[in-house]
Amino acid sequence: MSTATRSLPRTIGAHAILLTYTAIALFPVILVVMNSFKSRAGIFGAPLTPPTAKTFDLIGYTTVFGQGDFFHYFQNSLVVTVASLFFVLLFGAMAAFALSEYRFRGNTLMGLYLALGIMIPIRLGTVAILQLMVASGLVNTLTALILVYTAQGLPLAIFILSEFMKQVSNDLKNAGRIDGLSEYTIFFRLVLPLVRPAMATVAVFTMIPIWNDLWFPLILAPSEETKTVTLGAQLFLGQFVTNWNAILAALSLAILPVLILYVIFSRQLIRGITSGAVK
Amino acid sequence: MDTETMAEETRPKRPIRWHVGVFLAPAVLVYTAIMILPLFGTLQLSLFRNIEQSQVFVGLGNFRTLFGDPNWSVNFWNALRNNVWFFIIHMLVQNPIGILLAALLSSPRLRFTAFYRTAIFVPTILSFVIVGFAWKLILSPIWGVAPHLMDFVGLKSFFTPWLGKEQYALTALSLVSVWQFVGIPMMLIYAALLSIPDEVIEAAECDGVTGMAQFWKIKLPLILPSIGIISILTFVGNFNAFDLIYTAQGALAGPNYSTDILGTFLYRAFFGFQLQVGDPNMGAAIATIMFLIILAGVCVYLFLVQTRLRRYQF
Repeated sequence: MSTATRSLPRTIGAHAILLTYTAIALFPVILVVMNSFKSRAGIFGAPLTPPTAKTFDLIGYTTVFGQGDFFHYFQNSLVVTVASLFFVLLFGAMAAFALSEYRFRGNTLMGLYLALGIMIPIRLGTVAILQLMVASGLVNTLTALILVYTAQGLPLAIFILSEFMKQVSNDLKNAGRIDGLSEYTIFFRLVLPLVRPAMATVAVFTMIPIWNDLWFPLILAPSEETKTVTLGAQLFLGQFVTNWNAILAALSLAILPVLILYVIFSRQLIRGITSGAVK
Repeated sequence: MDTETMAEETRPKRPIRWHVGVFLAPAVLVYTAIMILPLFGTLQLSLFRNIEQSQVFVGLGNFRTLFGDPNWSVNFWNALRNNVWFFIIHMLVQNPIGILLAALLSSPRLRFTAFYRTAIFVPTILSFVIVGFAWKLILSPIWGVAPHLMDFVGLKSFFTPWLGKEQYALTALSLVSVWQFVGIPMMLIYAALLSIPDEVIEAAECDGVTGMAQFWKIKLPLILPSIGIISILTFVGNFNAFDLIYTAQGALAGPNYSTDILGTFLYRAFFGFQLQVGDPNMGAAIATIMFLIILAGVCVYLFLVQTRLRRYQF
């Protein structure tokens, strides 16, 4: 390496730009969380300073916990996300295995058919999806959301997982066949454990849009019973337009779970992206 | 496609391999039933109209209404124009910033890259509800954070309530969306830059190509395929966007429809809002137009961009 690529001014410049952008990226998040712990006077008097003993106040959080049914919404979101994730990973891995392992007539065509959904957003079919859900009596159930998100997540999952499954050694699978294992056993016992890192990547990619989605909860399941946390937060924020303590507390509560999950899984996610999982 | 015929052997001697069908069936069934059929159902619905409680075939009548009837066309063309502007801002701001950050992150022996990567990607994982509201609060003249910050750099006189002014609101929201999604081009370009082998860079350095020249002449051509991918991802994402506008400005996409894009227009047409009654057929017609726009973009990408950009395999 020549010294030109790591000269001191260049490094300082790079750090300066990256630090500035990091500040821009994190500033709104920090601002919201910081101010959620302040009294009303503190929020408006000195929005940019961290809460001090004088301005510290949990009134926002008590309002949120007193008014909104946040715990219930949270539960709904969790059920929908976990169930959809389970089906996307299971069905996606099965289909990816079929496509990458067996040669059969229409294999490529089937692959292309399943890949269509990567580019064409499922949202465009909303009108007919709603009719379908009305006809089958699934409106305002979590099942409707789980079905839609499963369909939404499958194309990318199949695409990424079949890339990885092609790399699993054939010798291993054939050794299993010689030992008399069924194709199902080979898939569940031999192949699945080997593609676990890829499954984790797919899981993160699938999970974020599901957890954050507003469109389908708004259209398919807007009832009080089935509201997800994203929809609940949206309506709650609309109601409390003037109660800044409550709004900031609600925003912080919506940010924190995602942020914690992200910090735990960020290495997985970034490794997934940078290993060329998305081509 | 029937899964049983899929499972049939190419060579008729072997028995039918049922397991292939079993592996494929759940994914294909769910995907077809919930995604593909409704998509075509929507396209089909756009050709019908509800007249006296029954669906009547009207051919392209709904599209004629959409393009020509002033009740619809004014809003439609406005939404389309806004959507194009939304996309242009993303292409001009989000992708260059993403490339710049990726180029800096991939410079050799830079420290703390993991921290920068993780931090800059944070906004991307937040939901639109959080992003929309947080920025609404920050830009609000009531709270005064934005003018306060601008005061530090002596620009306070330039502050206006951007989200409330017709001429600025759409650009401001586009920039918020850029802020949220800049992590995606950054990551994809970063991955592409890392995959350039050291030999290529060393060869360039032996020839005296370093610094900026190295980036423009060696690295940029090599990451063009990734730039193509982020462009099409941005295109699809933008022409399908809804949530950010809805959370920040409501379904009416105020002020005075100045931030209305196809997604919010579809929502109002389909569900109705305030005085307007919902009309599934017109909703389907708008969804069809969005489908055609996205399809056209994907086709341009697949047939023009991807085939011309050579992929470098190392």
